[in-house]
Amino acid sequence: MNLLELQGVHTHIGAYHILHGVDLAVPKGQLTMLLGRNGAGKTTTLRTVMGLWKVAQGRIAFAGKEIGGLATPQIADLGIAYVPETMGIFADLTVKENMLLAARAARRAQDMDEARLKWIFRLFPAVEKFWNHPAGKLSGGQKQMLAVSRAIVEPRQLLIIDEPSKGLAPAIINNMIDAFAELKASGVTILLVEQNIHFAQRLGDTVAVMDNGRVVHAGTMADFSADAQLQQRLLGLSL
Amino acid sequence: MSLKMDVDWKPLLLVPALALLALPLVGSPSTWLTLTVAGLAMGMIVFIIASGLTLVFGLMDVLNFGHGVFIALGAFVATSVLGAMGDWTQSQSILANLVAVLPAMVVAMLVAGAVGLAFERFIVRPVYGQHLKQILITMGGMIIGEELIKVIWGPAQIPLPLPEGLRGSWLWGDAAVEKYRVLAVVVGALVFGLLAWTLARTKIGLLIRAGVQDREMVESLGYRIRVLFVGIFVAGSALAGLGGVMWGLYQQNVIPQMGAQVNVLIFIVIIIGGLGSTTGALIGALLVGLMANYTGFVAPKVALFSNIALMVAILLWRPQGVYPVAGSR
Repeated sequence: MNLLELQGVHTHIGAYHILHGVDLAVPKGQLTMLLGRNGAGKTTTLRTVMGLWKVAQGRIAFAGKEIGGLATPQIADLGIAYVPETMGIFADLTVKENMLLAARAARRAQDMDEARLKWIFRLFPAVEKFWNHPAGKLSGGQKQMLAVSRAIVEPRQLLIIDEPSKGLAPAIINNMIDAFAELKASGVTILLVEQNIHFAQRLGDTVAVMDNGRVVHAGTMADFSADAQLQQRLLGLSL
Repeated sequence: MSLKMDVDWKPLLLVPALALLALPLVGSPSTWLTLTVAGLAMGMIVFIIASGLTLVFGLMDVLNFGHGVFIALGAFVATSVLGAMGDWTQSQSILANLVAVLPAMVVAMLVAGAVGLAFERFIVRPVYGQHLKQILITMGGMIIGEELIKVIWGPAQIPLPLPEGLRGSWLWGDAAVEKYRVLAVVVGALVFGLLAWTLARTKIGLLIRAGVQDREMVESLGYRIRVLFVGIFVAGSALAGLGGVMWGLYQQNVIPQMGAQVNVLIFIVIIIGGLGSTTGALIGALLVGLMANYTGFVAPKVALFSNIALMVAILLWRPQGVYPVAGSR
């Protein structure tokens, strides 16, 4: 069963026609990798799902419900968390305040789900270590950990994450891979945009590859990983 | 790398630095004290007016050039409320006077807030994200507002005398410090304290601070930032109404164009402070108030452009104001 489905989605940004009929399925409980060269339309696809760009044509369904015309907060309310490519960290707020904002039911830090916080601290120890520090002063990897922690501070059905490995050191990427593997094991559905093919291959269950505003390939990651020619053709990779 | 929460003290030192710099220029310490209290009082009133405007811009990138109409509205409402409470305003008791001023402030805030709600809905909302249209339509809204004030209260200047007990001065040594100016400083400090507490200690405050930095991310977390913005707009309009009462009593008369006159000052203040920063707005307002009073005494001809010169000097030092707001814009 697919948790998220896009059918023939077109998106315009100003005068530019970016998405040209995207068809994408994200199966429930799996980690779907959205791959593609720079400018293929991956980030625009994620932003369109979140309602940050308007759908010009086509339909987007989440858990069987049409969400194409909804405002961003309504889409988030349905149980979708989004981590943008820029991470969206509130630099002037502390790590604690960033987390408190994402924990919508909590009015104070003490109201946050303690067991869930402990789980997050185990996944990303830096979040606990720098709890009372300004988020703007964290390193790139620590900010990414905070951004993902913020997305999971409340139980969500779908996590949408844009390029979590971008600009990170290999050791931090390995830490991220372990964390995503545990998140996946917890049953949450994940849609991940990634440029790092090794990251994608280690985590992905299914894969969709975009080019020129369309999904040009969809299937299992195992099949995609086994087909070097396909990778070369779609991503320009030689593995 | 230090990860401690750094406090940027330099802007905070600007206010005492300006005051100390003025002391040798003014000469007499008692005159300097009188001017300083007058400058702080003026600054606090300007801060009350500007605090809402800076958050409106910071949160939704809206340039509201019509903010001044709420100042005039608040002041005119005060003339009606205080006019109806003659027994209380003419009493020698400061307590009785405050009992009259308080409802004038509350009614002015309620009326300005209600008009602010309509102003946001019908004038600002259709032009979100379009700066040029925002400037034109909000200025147009202010002109219409001024004309409506003339329809209700008449076009002439209306006196707004201070209640009896708030007139005159206290003598501190050789220095005469007007009672009303002390009251203005106290009210301004209370407003700043309330705003600072709300922003630092409440979830709404957290949302405002986050929204000023990256409103798209706040929406992605599931918060309806437009609802928050309407609330800020209404609160900002109500504060401008309160500032209007204070400004009217400071000037002791009101005219329908008073909002447009103060508008220039409040834009200087929020630009000096850093668009979206409440603490920056306070510092900007105090600097503007002190500068206006010192130059008015030392070199009256310079006073006309002293605040513009102050803004230019600050922007040469910090091009985004004394407390730039980190954000995506």
